[in-house]
Amino acid sequence: MNLQVDVREEEQEKHVLLNGEVDVYTASLLKEKLIPLAEKPNAAIIVNLSNVNYIDSTGVGIFIGALKASDKSNSSLKLIGANARVKRLFEITGLDEVMDIDSDQREEV
Amino acid sequence: MYQLYKEMLTNYLRNKSEHTLYSAQQFSKEMMVKDLSPEEMVSLHISVFKEIVEDLPEEVIDSFDLLLEVMIGYGLAHREHLSLRDRQRQLESELNVAARMQQSLLPSKELKVDEVDFGVTSVPAGKMSGDYYHYIVDEQGHIGVAVADVIGKGIPAAMCMSMIKYAMDSIPEQRLQPAALLENLNRVVERNIDSDMFITMVYGSYDPKSHRFYFASAGHEPGFFYEAATNTFHDLKTKGIVLGVSPKVQYHESSLKLEPGDFVVLLSDGVTETRVNGEFIERKDVSQLIGKYKHLPAQLMAEQVFRELERMQDFQLKDDFTLLILRRNV
Repeated sequence: MNLQVDVREEEQEKHVLLNGEVDVYTASLLKEKLIPLAEKPNAAIIVNLSNVNYIDSTGVGIFIGALKASDKSNSSLKLIGANARVKRLFEITGLDEVMDIDSDQREEV
Repeated sequence: MYQLYKEMLTNYLRNKSEHTLYSAQQFSKEMMVKDLSPEEMVSLHISVFKEIVEDLPEEVIDSFDLLLEVMIGYGLAHREHLSLRDRQRQLESELNVAARMQQSLLPSKELKVDEVDFGVTSVPAGKMSGDYYHYIVDEQGHIGVAVADVIGKGIPAAMCMSMIKYAMDSIPEQRLQPAALLENLNRVVERNIDSDMFITMVYGSYDPKSHRFYFASAGHEPGFFYEAATNTFHDLKTKGIVLGVSPKVQYHESSLKLEPGDFVVLLSDGVTETRVNGEFIERKDVSQLIGKYKHLPAQLMAEQVFRELERMQDFQLKDDFTLLILRRNV
């Protein structure tokens, strides 16, 4: 399965649109694109997961890395549009407590 | 070698027999064992050919020079293949040693306590596992059980797994309270782990006197609680963040009472993330499967569930698999 990562920057807002699966094979691609954004100071990163049907634990790791990087650079990270399965993964891992996850915004692709 | 090839070629030029072609095949195998390169083989052919057939046309001899040049490329590829093969064998044997070492990190003695029926099965997807399990009877006679799952699989996950083992060992015996134990481990893991790595873990402690099972989870796939009286499975629900994300975390501890015949199941997500024909199985499929074998002793139960899930995915495990069962006997 493949992953497509599209980044659209509007001043401080960084919109990241993902298409596909974030797993052990595609995680490095996401890392390459997402971490540099999270390291920029005062950025607001919004990752749209509407077109992501599956994330595995390696994929979750990338989001944790991005969260840590954004904390350091005084930026924010928000995930939107997660489907039920992806949302469940963030709930089980307890990451929904430390990460801003809004799954209601599914229609906004 | 020279003589042998000369005989073969002479024979073949004389009678073109199948038999000689067969000998040529055998000859090439022998030459590969002796590390004869393709270009050396061509050059052997030219010298023998020149000797058997006098007055070879100039063009034929020249054409062999060209062929020789071409074969040098093949020769390089062949030698690279040989060196890679050696390296691969070496890595393979190192991996085997590492896998044996990893096995030694897991409890070696069987858990034999009259009060409980215990079983565990853990199978890596590759040679090494990112799953970890642990069981112990502590000083107060409580039975501690744990399952941990390191992100990813294979060697990096396995190396990280050993950290959990050593961190667990460093915690004093009297402090094996689930929530406190996870808080301790989290501090160690957070300091020593890459920013995009993490570990999930569930720890449970069973008190055979009060028959209470205390447990806490660090973002781990929920286990099951089987209630014999109603013949139903419940999720072992409890929340907590995975190990390694933030330095100061408090974990919530839950408990439940086990009646005779009740049991708890701890597992890794390799169990619940089984894909059959591309589709994930549901948690209720897993609990049904466990229910199917609940008449067996815990160890056989765990093994049967593994065998069936393994068969369902055509014996190709996608992720490390761990299933641990603890049932109250009396």
